Amino acid sequence: MIVAVASGKGGTGKTTVATSLALALGSRSQILDCDVEEPNCHILLKPEITESYPVNLPVPSVDKEKCSLCGKCGEVCQFSAIVLIGQTVLTFPELCHGCGACSILCPERAIQEVPRRLGVIEMGFVKDVEFVQGRIRIGEAMSPPLIREVKTRINKDKVAILDAPPGASCPVITTVKNSDFVIMVTEPTPFGLNDLEIAVEAIEDLGIPMGVVINRCDIGDSDSKDYCARKGLPLLMEIPNHRKIAEGYARGVPLVESMPEYVDKFLNMSDCILNNKH
Amino acid sequence: MKELAIISGKGGTGKTSLAACFAFLAESLVLADCDVDAADLHILTQPRIIHQEPFVGGKKALIAPDKCSQCGICLENCRYGAIKEVFEVDPVACEGCALCHYLCPESAITMEETLNGTWYISETRMGPMVHANLIPGEENSGKLVALVRNQAKVIAEERNIDMVIVDGAPGVGCPVISSITGVDHVVIVTEPTMSGLHDMKRAADLVRGFGTPISLVINKWDIHPGMAMEIEEYGKSSDIHLAGKIPYDRLVTDSMVRRRAVVEEDPGPASEAIVEVWKVINQHIYK
Amino acid sequence: MKIAVTSTGKTLESAIDPRFGRAPYILIIESEDGELLEALDNAANSGAFRGAGIQAAKAVADRKVGVLLTGHCGPNAFSALEAAGVKVGTEQKGTALDAIERFKKNEIVFAAKPNAEAHW
Repeated sequence: MIVAVASGKGGTGKTTVATSLALALGSRSQILDCDVEEPNCHILLKPEITESYPVNLPVPSVDKEKCSLCGKCGEVCQFSAIVLIGQTVLTFPELCHGCGACSILCPERAIQEVPRRLGVIEMGFVKDVEFVQGRIRIGEAMSPPLIREVKTRINKDKVAILDAPPGASCPVITTVKNSDFVIMVTEPTPFGLNDLEIAVEAIEDLGIPMGVVINRCDIGDSDSKDYCARKGLPLLMEIPNHRKIAEGYARGVPLVESMPEYVDKFLNMSDCILNNKH
Repeated sequence: MKELAIISGKGGTGKTSLAACFAFLAESLVLADCDVDAADLHILTQPRIIHQEPFVGGKKALIAPDKCSQCGICLENCRYGAIKEVFEVDPVACEGCALCHYLCPESAITMEETLNGTWYISETRMGPMVHANLIPGEENSGKLVALVRNQAKVIAEERNIDMVIVDGAPGVGCPVISSITGVDHVVIVTEPTMSGLHDMKRAADLVRGFGTPISLVINKWDIHPGMAMEIEEYGKSSDIHLAGKIPYDRLVTDSMVRRRAVVEEDPGPASEAIVEVWKVINQHIYK
Repeated sequence: MKIAVTSTGKTLESAIDPRFGRAPYILIIESEDGELLEALDNAANSGAFRGAGIQAAKAVADRKVGVLLTGHCGPNAFSALEAAGVKVGTEQKGTALDAIERFKKNEIVFAAKPNAEAHW
């Protein structure tokens, strides 16, 4: 089963919830950090990394001997990553989406594909939980290809927990797509609710069932709870703003270690999700 | 005219709350809400929209079922898994590369422009504001961010306003890069946690790649003074100016619930610190 | 020699638009007699999905322009223009006519590198 943890607003506690859920489930679970721009699961879990490999995007390289300067490559490229200018074909690898169109359509077969580094995948263990994360190279704009690569490591025999990036656009959708359930983590403030609504709208279109965790449930107002009731979104858990949790988080300690009484709460939540009791 | 961008790396550190405060404290400015994915600044600024336009992003492939011979060439060649086996394009996965359009032997595939969102020019009590919404789930946020920034600059030039404040998105990807290219100064807002430090370093690395000066603000610093100190030390060792530290203050959330920036309300520990931070940032920008 | 000037309007009296990739018009002018050869409509590019500067560079190079006069030119557009042998004069102000006059009096300092960040 694949359970994604998303939010809309950043900083509501996705990583807190994802890591504690994984630790509570133990050997039954696998955690995959899909927030490849700012992966944080490793900070709370401190996994032992046993394997890592680079992830690349194929970008064009033109063989000038074979090139007839027909300009077809530039015509087909939707991203201006390759263009015939004067008597040269120029490439702009950072604009390339790796679609292969120029290479496949070149009448002279003059275009080869060479790798552009997107980032890296790292895998390992923490206690008996399998751990996978993607980390994007700074300056690289495109996270979806790296997120897709992280997801190829999903172990179908486990409860795969995906820690999603904040927001509601393509990196989040790429992460959440094809999941069986999405846990939406929010905070009971106007910003939290505004972004929750946006993210719920994005994920609704994918037809994936959702449930909500309200983190720091005592800091704001009750509008978020009312919204969940109106939308028929199950309220899976409410976590108050415990000083112990905040201090633990600041030092990189997972919630279920700062407050072990929460292990049962996370197990109850996972029962609800896994058995569809919501 | 100076352009100031506020980013964080980590989400939830207080970019938007601070942006609203700076907007209130600045003498004249244009606000650009570039967190187009999950825009929140309007909650504190109550914009009155005076102009809006649709935002058309990239194109998506569309297969005409009556022309499709189901040969499968599109499916074989699509690298994004965007062609479903019933020969329909999945618009969420489609990146608009047009390879299928060019390869289709029946010319059954067209590239259609898609509406990705809407952008707005508004008036607020703090000054003019340009903002946008990306349709949930859509892409091309970098392009929409660039558009919002350009519009903000046009307004600043037209009205002789000397500052544009850009409220950025979390992370270090496409919309963030689009928010910081060519700005005069970047403020990184962080929180005193290990995640905050980790993410701030990546954001700082991104900005350093552009050579733009950085001011650091440590928000809610007294939640963990030890981590705040570590962040300060990191700043010193990497030549990042510390603009100031803002203490944790319930009033920040309380004023957000009242749809106000904390500096607009009765003075408190956070609002006093923010006023000082704004002074320091201005000194950094104009030195 | 053909000169390209980024413009807010279609005539030689129009103000220069400082943005190379996203200027509404690019005027193609014969430097000898100041004749306006073409007012290239750059609208498709101004709203383009990334790569506006590159496409504008291609349009200019395809017309065998020798010199581009504009405000800012980003790194990708600059590389493209360099590859095509087009010299770039940046920080230009006033009208297209003003820019041509400066060129004829040899007052243009050609840029050795781009003077704007890459945009998306």
